[in-house]
Amino acid sequence: MSDPSAPALQLTGLRKHFGDKIAVNDLSLTVPTGSFYGLVGPNGAGKTTTLSMATGLLRPDAGQSLVHGIDLWREPLKAKAQIGNLSDGVKLFDRLTGEQLVTYNGLLFGLERAEVAERVADLLKLLDLEQAAGTLVVDYSAGMTKKIALACALVHAPRLLVLDEPFESVDPVSAANIRDILTGYVQNGGTVIVSSHVMDLVQRMCDHVAVVAHGTVLVAGTVDEVRGDSTLEDRFVELVGGRTHAEGPEWLRRS
Amino acid sequence: MVATLVRLRLLVLRNSLKRSPWQLVAVIIGGLYGLGLLVGVLAGLIALSFAPVELTSTVLVLAGALVVLGWIVVPLFAFGIEQTLDPARLSVFPVPLNTLLAGLTLSGVLGVPGIVTTIAAVATAASWIRSPLAAVAAVIGGLIAVLICVVGSRAVAALSTTLQSKRRFRELGGVLVFIPIILLGPIVIGLGRTLAVSADQLPAIARAVGWTPVGAPWAIAADVAIGDWGPALAKLVIALATLAVLLLIWRAALASALVTPAATGAKRVAKGKTGMFGLLPATPAGAVAARALTYWRRDPRYARQLITVPLVPVLLWFYSANGSGEWVFTLTGPIIAFFLGIALYADISFDGTAFATHVADGVRGLDDRLGRVWALAIISVPLVLIGTIVPVAVIGAWERLPMLLGLAAAALLSGFAVVSVSSARIVIPVPQAGDNPFKSAPGAGFTTALAGFATWGIVLLLTIPAVVLAILSLVLDSALLGWLTLVVGVGLGGALLVLGLRLGGAQLDRSAPEVLSRLKSLRSAA
Repeated sequence: MSDPSAPALQLTGLRKHFGDKIAVNDLSLTVPTGSFYGLVGPNGAGKTTTLSMATGLLRPDAGQSLVHGIDLWREPLKAKAQIGNLSDGVKLFDRLTGEQLVTYNGLLFGLERAEVAERVADLLKLLDLEQAAGTLVVDYSAGMTKKIALACALVHAPRLLVLDEPFESVDPVSAANIRDILTGYVQNGGTVIVSSHVMDLVQRMCDHVAVVAHGTVLVAGTVDEVRGDSTLEDRFVELVGGRTHAEGPEWLRRS
Repeated sequence: MVATLVRLRLLVLRNSLKRSPWQLVAVIIGGLYGLGLLVGVLAGLIALSFAPVELTSTVLVLAGALVVLGWIVVPLFAFGIEQTLDPARLSVFPVPLNTLLAGLTLSGVLGVPGIVTTIAAVATAASWIRSPLAAVAAVIGGLIAVLICVVGSRAVAALSTTLQSKRRFRELGGVLVFIPIILLGPIVIGLGRTLAVSADQLPAIARAVGWTPVGAPWAIAADVAIGDWGPALAKLVIALATLAVLLLIWRAALASALVTPAATGAKRVAKGKTGMFGLLPATPAGAVAARALTYWRRDPRYARQLITVPLVPVLLWFYSANGSGEWVFTLTGPIIAFFLGIALYADISFDGTAFATHVADGVRGLDDRLGRVWALAIISVPLVLIGTIVPVAVIGAWERLPMLLGLAAAALLSGFAVVSVSSARIVIPVPQAGDNPFKSAPGAGFTTALAGFATWGIVLLLTIPAVVLAILSLVLDSALLGWLTLVVGVGLGGALLVLGLRLGGAQLDRSAPEVLSRLKSLRSAA
């Protein structure tokens, strides 16, 4: 059974390489229960790889992922039932309508039909997708697709939400709505971990943050601990480096 | 620019080979196969140079016409069309249309089949070596024929894409349109076989075929060899006109494809209508079945697999009407069962990375397998029953019904069993959802064919008990053995299915993340 005192997500010594390239190198991270955790890092830092290994989509070369104390790679079905997962870079079953897709996910988690119908209706309303309920997901815009994927992640009322780039291409109003939903979810005891490029958003929304680069955690802790006196963005640039002050090549400035 | 396109095509091929050793193996096997074929063909062509002119021209024209037909027809229902350079993706670059046509044609020639065909076509000159002028005509005719092959196959492909972007043809219709075209090949071959009974008529047939678009380029040299300049010129004109018409069709289809990128034509249903999800049981397996059934209806890649169904009775009827005996027609049901049983062999591959949903949601392997087979059973069982019972009723051979049902059950259930295991293990490069279902994923031809044939081979092995009993019941004219076939077909098939579902489910429980990783790498390769 899941251990009530265990953290929502504990990653220890995760490693993954693709050919010669080491994507994640001995990464450890503890996400306390009830926290709103931000995972930030430059492109190619290994965020998506880490989250895939944490949620059972990608088998790590080494290391452990404990979800509320359940070893995910030892008891995958039990651990996955605790997780709501929005992964980046995979497709959805997009020949289904939005409503069918969320229903599908609910049924896959073994929920009752009536229960699923009620939750799907609530989620579509909450995410402002009622108008598009009967449209095939393939015809959705990028932002709507993110929202329906979020609905799929929420339908089985998971204890831990793992969201990879949930705000990408989402309009500001929907993003604010999603933020409210997530904040409410955390206040009621749920745990959220989001990856994002948008420092400003993470600083305002999250209470914890980890900066990841080259497959390892550079720094982790509460947002205030990590940013110190400066903004999260400045602290991030300072940690990760690579900021250039050139104006771009000459031929590009002429046009 | 043409050179750039050709280089791009070779580069894509090289990179996709680098990613997957299996594709390399497939290409090498394909290359060896092509080489072997080529050596045989060259030997034959040289041998023909010692034959009388009439025999040489008959063989070359008929064989050549079959090659052209094969190029245009076979990709439609067998391996898909190699489209490494997808015109839709090139639409963002300012490439003039004619340059694009030239580049795509050249890159089409530069595959294993294209190179083999080109060498063989040019080598027909060897057969005419005794008449130098005819040899020159053979080279010209051969090159035109190769261009007809490549341009023809592309024109049909482009046409199918264009038709598909029209709303009406997007779903099932887009596939059904091609049934007549696909039937054309077997009918022509069938007619040829019927006529071949009297071999002395072949020269006459060859002469007639020589005037058709598919035969004309091959017939030019034959006319030159006997000094018939008028007909030779006329056939050159026919061949060039064919090429021109095909180019025009292709150009028009391409031009419209470049300005109408993958049409969407949003389709909606009322809110609260969950279709199949409301009809099938609310369990994980039921949900998987409902999802699969929805895809069978909405995704033409699935519908494409049903093309064989109307094909089987027509072909069998054709054979039985041509003296093979009525009993051949009664095999319709079992043969449909044989084809449909393995329809799931690329099911997870069709999901693509959407399979991540099953992995993330912790779907049990058994539920995944069961749901997919369930959906296929809902589609295939009625078709197989109709295919078994109707021919029996037409012919009035009711005493054979138990035997035929037994055979059909054995083929269908063994097929389900085998693909339940194999599709959990083998990931096949397939066209992505929304692509032209006739398009083959880059470099996938041989891998796909290999996987398909291997699967069929295993299914055949597993149906041996039922087949043996069925043959015995026919030979001994025993009704009891017929009933026994039914018992064994259903019993053994059922047992195999349970075993297959369990093995496949356990396999998936163990390795679903690895399957997903392979699906991801395939997608980025495409």
